[in-house]
Parts: sequence; C-alpha cells; structure tokens
Amino acid sequence: MIGRLFRFHGGIKPDAHKNESAGPAIQRAPLPRRLVVPLRQSPRATASCLVEVGQEVLKGERIGEPEGFLGTAVHAPTSGTVVDIARHPMAHPSGLDTECVVIEPDGEERWIEHAPFDYHTASREQALAWLRDCGIVGLGGATFPSHVKLGKGAGIETLILNGAECEPWITCDDRLMRERAADILAGATILRELIGARELVVGIEDNKPEAIAAMKEAAAASPHGVKVVAVPALYPAGGEKQLIRVLTGIEIPYGKLGGDYGVQCFNVGTAHAVYRAIAHGEPLISRIVTLTGNVDNAGNWEVLIGTPVQDLLPLARPRPDTDRTLLGGPMMGFALPRLDVPIVKGSNCLISASPRLFPPAPPEQPCIRCTECAKACPAELQPFELYWFGRSRNFGKAQEYHLFDCIECGCCSYVCPAHIPLVDYFRFAKSEIWAREREKAAADQARDRFEFRNFRQEREKAEKAAKLAAKAAETRAKLAEGVAEAPAAEAAAAEDPKKALIAAALARAKAQKAEVRPQNTDNLSPETQAEIAGIEARRKALEAAAPPAATATTPNADAPAAASDTAATAPGAEPRS
Amino acid sequence: MIHSPYVRKAVSVQRTMGLVLIALLPGIAAYVWQAGPAILVNLALATVAAVLAEALVMSLRKRPIGLAVADLSAVLTAWLVALSLPAIAPWWLTTCAVLVAILAVKHLYGGLGQNPFNPAMVAYCTMIVAFPALMSQWPALDGLGFADQLALILGGTRELDAITAATALDSLRTGLRAAGATVEAVSQGPAFGMLGSRGWEWVAAGYALGGLFLLARGIITWHMPVAFIAALGGLAGVFWLIDPAHYGSPLFHLASGGAMLAAFFIVTDPVSGATTPRGKLLFAAGVGLIVWLIRNFGAYPDGIAFGVLLMNICVPLLDMKTQPRVFGHREAAGGDK
Repeated sequence: MIGRLFRFHGGIKPDAHKNESAGPAIQRAPLPRRLVVPLRQSPRATASCLVEVGQEVLKGERIGEPEGFLGTAVHAPTSGTVVDIARHPMAHPSGLDTECVVIEPDGEERWIEHAPFDYHTASREQALAWLRDCGIVGLGGATFPSHVKLGKGAGIETLILNGAECEPWITCDDRLMRERAADILAGATILRELIGARELVVGIEDNKPEAIAAMKEAAAASPHGVKVVAVPALYPAGGEKQLIRVLTGIEIPYGKLGGDYGVQCFNVGTAHAVYRAIAHGEPLISRIVTLTGNVDNAGNWEVLIGTPVQDLLPLARPRPDTDRTLLGGPMMGFALPRLDVPIVKGSNCLISASPRLFPPAPPEQPCIRCTECAKACPAELQPFELYWFGRSRNFGKAQEYHLFDCIECGCCSYVCPAHIPLVDYFRFAKSEIWAREREKAAADQARDRFEFRNFRQEREKAEKAAKLAAKAAETRAKLAEGVAEAPAAEAAAAEDPKKALIAAALARAKAQKAEVRPQNTDNLSPETQAEIAGIEARRKALEAAAPPAATATTPNADAPAAASDTAATAPGAEPRS
Repeated sequence: MIHSPYVRKAVSVQRTMGLVLIALLPGIAAYVWQAGPAILVNLALATVAAVLAEALVMSLRKRPIGLAVADLSAVLTAWLVALSLPAIAPWWLTTCAVLVAILAVKHLYGGLGQNPFNPAMVAYCTMIVAFPALMSQWPALDGLGFADQLALILGGTRELDAITAATALDSLRTGLRAAGATVEAVSQGPAFGMLGSRGWEWVAAGYALGGLFLLARGIITWHMPVAFIAALGGLAGVFWLIDPAHYGSPLFHLASGGAMLAAFFIVTDPVSGATTPRGKLLFAAGVGLIVWLIRNFGAYPDGIAFGVLLMNICVPLLDMKTQPRVFGHREAAGGDK
C-alpha cells in the first residue's frame, strides 16, 4: 500500500501558467467545415482504410481497420460524406504526410448504433479486442494502444492513474478530473479489473486542488477503494517513470516497462475514454484540448479528432503578436510548421506563442561545467558530459554514459546558465547513433549477402566438379567394358522407353561426332604411324598408373580421361568466375 | 533550429559570475579594514588587465568581444589573482599574473570552460616560483599608510624590513624549522592574532560569509567546502592532538593564509574541478590534504595553489571513477568499462 511519497532526483519548477486556461468549463468545439482523420494515429501503427470517396458515414462508424499488433481502429468523428482519401500533413515537427480520410460533416451528428459492452460476461481477450476496435490509445501524448498495455493481465500489483499533468500551461486533464471524476474512476475500475491490479492510485500534482478534491469525492463514492494522492508539483512528475517512482518508490530503467515491475500507468483521459467505450460503446472520436498562451479566451474544448488546428485556434482568439503555435507544452512540445494539420488522439494542448511569452533563447555560451544540468536531471544523468561527448562525436562514450536514458524532458536546457540547448544535442546524438546503426545493419546485410553468394558459387563449383568426376569415371568404366556394354545398355533401355529414346539420341550424336572428327590420322607415313603408336603406348601406361578420379573435386581431375571425351568435358572444366 | 524547451530559467553565466563577485565583497571589505585600501588598487589593476587581455584574445580569435567581456569570468579571475597575491605586490607583478591566467591558462586551452587548470592558481604558482621574495612580502598591519602602500605597488622604494611582515604561517614554519621553537613560543610573535595571522581572521570570516551566501544561492554545492575544511581541519586536529607543540591547531590552519578563500572560491571553480558529487568530495579533500602537507613539510608557507593544481590533474580520473548511478540502473554510469 502507498504509505509515503518518494522523490525522484532533480526536476524543475517552471512557471505553471495553469490559471489562464483552468477556469472555464470544457466547451464543445463547433464542427469544422472538414475533418481530416489520419489513419495513423500513433507513430507505431496505422489502420487500413474501410471507406471510399463519396461514401456516407455515421458518427462513430469505423473507417480504419486496425493493422498489426499495435494497431487500433479509427472512426468517423461525425456523420457526413467522405470527400477525399489522400495524404495530408500531420502535426509533427517535420510536417510529414500520412494517409487521411477527409470527411465533410452533414451537421446532423447521427450516431452509428452503439451499445454498452458487458465486459463481465465477455472474456478478457474480447474486452481487449473491444477497446482496440474502439480505437482506445493513451491520451497522455504517447498514444500507446491501451489494449496492448492491458495485455499483461497478471502480475500487476498497482494501477496508477496519471493526473499529474506537469507541463506548464496544459489543463485538459485538470478540467476533465474536475468535471468528470466519476467517469474517470469508472474507467479506471474497468482498467483495474482487466489488468488484475490489486490497488488503484491516482497521482495528481498538488497545484490542482480542485481536481484533487473532485477526484477524492468521486473516490469516496466509489466502492472499489481508490487512493487519490497529491504529489509535489515538480516537473516532470507526470513522466510515467517519475510518477511511478514518486508513488511506489520503484525505479524503472530505460528499456523496461512498468509492467515488468508490477505497476501499470494510464492517463486520466485514457481512463475516461475506456469508460465511454465500455459503458456506452462509444469509440474514441474526440478529446479535450487546451487552447492557451497569447490568447484572449484561454480554455479547454472537447474537440473532434481530425479538426484542423487552424479551425480550432480562433476559439481562443489569439492576439495579433502571436508568432508561432506550439503543440504540447513548452517543455516537450514543438512549434507547428503549418496550421492545416489535424488534431489527433495525442494532441493535448495548443499554445499561441509570442516573443514576449517565449522569448528567443539567448546566445549559447561555453559550458562551465557548473553541473546545474546534472542537478536537474530526473534520469540522474550527467548532461554536461553527454554534451561534451556529443559535441566531439564520441557517441560510443555518450552511450556508455547512458545517453538513451535521457527522456528529453528539457530540464537540463531549462536550467543551463550558458543557454546551451542540451536536449537538442542529445536528440542529435541519438539520431546519429540510430543512423549509424542503420548503416551498420545495411552493411552487415550486404556483407552477409556477399558471403552467401561466394559460398553458393563455391558449392555449385564443387557440385559440378563432383558431377564431372562421376561422369568421367563412368566413361572410363564404359571404355574398359568395351562392346560388351552395349547389349546391357540396350537391355536397360528396354525397361524404360524414355531412357531408350535418350540413349538412342546419345548414340546418334556420338556417331555424328565420330564422323565429323577430323581424321588427320589417315594417309600417314609409316614413321609417323609408328611414332603415334609409341605415344599411345606411353599414354596407356600412364593411364594405368594414374589413380581413379571418381572422388576428385578439382575441376581438372578428369584430365586423364580427357582423351576419350575432350569435347564434352572441356567447357565444364572452365572456372566460372 | 532550436526546439523545446521554449522556456528557460532566468540564469546566465554572467549572473553566476556576478554572484561570485558579490560574494567576495565581505572578504574584500574586511581586507581593506585590516590591511588598508592597497588591495583595491591591485583589484582595479588586475581587472583592467584581465578585461583588456580578454578583449585582445577574443579579437585575435575573431570571436564576439562584448559577450566574452560581459560574462564577467575574466573579472572574477582577476579578483581571485589579486586576492591571492600580497596586497602590496608591485603593479607589474599583478599584471603579469593576470596575463598568465587569462592568456596562457584560459585562452591557450580554448577559452572559458576549456581550461583544465585553475587560472588564478597557475598565475600564483608562476609568480611565487619566479619572484619568491616579492611574493612573500605582506603588508605589516601597523605603520604603513596608504601612500606608502601605493608607492610600493607603483614600484617605489622597498625597504623590506620596515614595511612588511611575515605571515603567521610563514613565521610558524620558520620558527619551528630553523629556531626549533614550539608553537606556543612562536605564536607569541606579532604576526599572530586570535586564530591565524593577526587581522586575517576577519578576512577569512568575510570569505566564509560570502561562501555561505553562494551556498544559499545554489551557486556552489556543500561538497567542496565541507570536504576541504574537513580534510585540512581534521588532519591538523589529529596531529595537533598528538603533538600540540609542533603542529598548529585546526582553527589556526583554517583561519590562516588562503584557507577560507580556497574553501569557497578556489576549489569550487567548476571549470577545472571535479563534477560528480563523490568526485567533488575527493577533489576538495585532496586539496586539503596537500595544503596541510605543504604547510607542515613543504618549502612554501601556504600550499593551496599547488594543492589545487595537483588535484586538477586528477579531475578526469576522479570524474570517470565516480560517475553517479543512473535512474533505474544498479551500476554507475561510464566508468572503466
């Protein structure tokens, strides 16, 4: 049981700026003119399209079939007509394209038939499949499919509900907890049953007293024994591994998952989506998005997935000096390269940035090894060491110093007095290492292919040589047997008409060859004839002395037999490469 | 393209250096109070020399001059050099020391953040090796007016016996060695005050006060001052308890010479010092050990500069061998794999 709180190393306390958007209740964003629903909702999996251009769809109708182990279904966020299926830019720093279904809403919001799912009578597998088909993914930002996370099914002691929301400015989880606490806990209870956890703990940063109160009230009403814990507001307390550390004391290293240590963590928004999916049969077609920053009307809106950012922003009324729009928080989010990108399941916040709110970083100064970054690092790394290694492209050393344990939370960049964009150096080092590993893998593959080709050629050569040697031995045997062989061959041929035909053809060819062979032994002088006879006699003697060539593997092993069948063996003996 | 985070703490190298300069002020005030305003002249001289040298090198290196001068690192180096030298050191000695620190130690290694050795301490060592007599002349507290001090700084007459006095560390060393006297006998001399050299206790107290300010502001961590004071004081204490007639007391060692300046301002230099928590402890303790050894058995009255430089050499090894454990990992990072 949770007795006390633990602390994680480092962390920072940036200005929270939560009050700007936390006040007003969640409003429904109006239907946009068009919805651009990406079939790829997470970086890991995509869905195959189920609709065609011109097709009428209903709200909640499945338009994308989950593909692969990490796939989840995609649904139409409202009723309307599919007007296009094409590649559209995504909300990603690179502005990458992905396959999207463009829906023109008819404004009627006609739901597809949907019914609650009785997960008590269904098997666990059916329940997980239901969540997958409802498109439930983690709404904390990483959009990991929930059914996969729940797949563990055993050995989970503690289920943690992540309501920490530690990034400045963002308040979507805060509002959700204040307004829909009971639904969140109902979803959490479902999650707990599906994963078989003994206890359920909700972690909320202590700068959200209203949310804590609402969740505590709901927990008191819940018969299942839920603990609501206020955790110190210290960025990045909402990082999954940091929250697990604070609540349970367990440290989950890089490359491991909470499930390996008996803890599983879900975002409060995910729990709410699970509740809607199980209790109402509603797929995940909308989420709460915070619109804040340099705006006159900050707040939280319930937004349909696929709503273009540019249709959403005017709701908050950005001020004229807005120069950029950030997606996500200021610590880990990114500036949108364009505004025609759609909101996806992982989009939690849009911040209108102005030079006043987010002034450009001062010029980078030399590192003075003050170790402020090491003091702030929640992964307990030595960022300045990684920075020196990254700068000198000593990537091996960077990895030795656990570069990949860096969670890119930005604490080191935040505290650096020399204004070094440390996280950018680490992103660079990581991508360089990945690129080198890909190159190395490609080179390894090429080498393997080359080595196998050599091996194959050697083998073929050996096989051919063996075949030739066998043939040569056969020929020798034939020669030794002389004419007596012929009737035997005929008898064998009689058994098989096909073989007989081949034998006949061979005989004909041999005869033909014998005919065209240049007869330069005719009309010779007696001296020459005598000389030839002498040569022949010596050759016979040599042949008799030579060992049988049947087991030889070298191409020229058939040389002694060449006299009888030169024409047939010579081409085969040539080395091929 | 700069990515997240889009917010930053209001900190800068300039602010850090500025806070260290502010933290030196109580010690400087005590210095002026006890030994006269000569030190201010040397501080000013050193500052001008350091800033000019910095600007010159930056222009030679074709780097932005304003940014480098504004970061105050050269000023801090100048102050530490001036405070390490005797207050009545002639102007050219101070200037030479500053030029060694800025030109050779700092910029020949690549400028701010790149130097493996503490610039002020290299400057001090160079000067004490080159000009041992001038470097051991400290102003006598009484009978030396500002005019005399100024004359000495600007290269006037140097009638040494009349105007200078041996420091307590120096007289204790020579007293014990040459005269075979006991600590008790030597410390009856005019150079001794309540704890260390007469008047110097106040300067040491001023430095300690500034050091506490730096600790409170998070500019330095506790590791280095605590380890240095514990090593120097502890060693001194053990030997003092064994043989009080021939070894100075821990308080004497801590209040004399540059001990307090070193504890909070010299060993804590981030650029040339160790960086891991355990590395910091070992680094500062090593300096403390060497200081005690040199003070008791060496050829120089104080050993801080040598201690710091010797430990500077060990920093890469210390850092490598003391890498802290990474979150979730049982073993430490890096190290001797």
